[in-house]
Amino acid sequence: MSDAALAHDEHHYTSTGLTSWKLGFWTFIGSECLFFGTLISTYMVYKGQSLTGPFTQEILDIPLTTISTFVLLMSSLAMVLALDGVQRGSKKLTMIWLATVVLLGAVFLGFQVYEFSHFYHEGLALSTNLFGSSFYLLTGFHGAHVTVGVIWLTTLLIMSATNKLPPEKALNVEIAGLYWHFVDVVWIVIFVLVYLIQ
Amino acid sequence: MSADTHSHGHEAGHASVGFYWMIGIILAVLTGLEVAAYYMELGSFEIPLLLGLSVAKFILVVAFFMHLKFDSRIFTFVFSAGLVLATFMIGALILLYHFVPGAA
Repeated sequence: MSDAALAHDEHHYTSTGLTSWKLGFWTFIGSECLFFGTLISTYMVYKGQSLTGPFTQEILDIPLTTISTFVLLMSSLAMVLALDGVQRGSKKLTMIWLATVVLLGAVFLGFQVYEFSHFYHEGLALSTNLFGSSFYLLTGFHGAHVTVGVIWLTTLLIMSATNKLPPEKALNVEIAGLYWHFVDVVWIVIFVLVYLIQ
Repeated sequence: MSADTHSHGHEAGHASVGFYWMIGIILAVLTGLEVAAYYMELGSFEIPLLLGLSVAKFILVVAFFMHLKFDSRIFTFVFSAGLVLATFMIGALILLYHFVPGAA
């Protein structure tokens, strides 16, 4: 049996004709909706309830967050182009676009580190008020997800560089892509509910 | 748009590279519109407009970048189950804490 056929068989198709990995990962993403749903609910419930400052409108930096939002959206575009590259069997395209996603993800994290440190120096810590607690909890967990995604995609980049990511293993990139795009859609919701609707 | 499905069952259909670029540009434009709406202070229109633009971006990413538009409907169902529950939870808690006096 060829390597391609072996890799194909490793996908474990269910009785529905769908791969168990992909079906399982979509189920995980569904559960992640509830996870972030609880964090967003907490933020929205406590919105405007802080008794001491700094308050939301005093501290959030919309131009800076707009740039970081744009960076994360463009990383999603790069991710889907990386998947297209691996499906075409183009190592060059796969590596270029995976490296772009990793770079843009790292830039987004850099913006978040800057934002958190700036807020801390402005007097907003985790225990300062309800806004601080719910804001750091929500955006911090999102940042942790982005960090996991950057590490995951870096391992795929290394696999591609060492010729261990042939088209038969495109499902690995597709599943990592699903995770990355989910992190992106969560940020789309956070950007509008936390930053723009004040 | 060229969509081709070439693997097992109903999975892994996808669009052309040009189409993905077009979606990326639309997402960037919608983000620009969101920020413009924020600075223009449109009064009672602002929140529905911002939510509408956000939902449009969400749908574009999920449908085309995550391939739900081309993939099996089972994936859409599994994802929607969690999403709908989460949306109801957020909505119910906002109603309870911000619009029902003395309920919480």
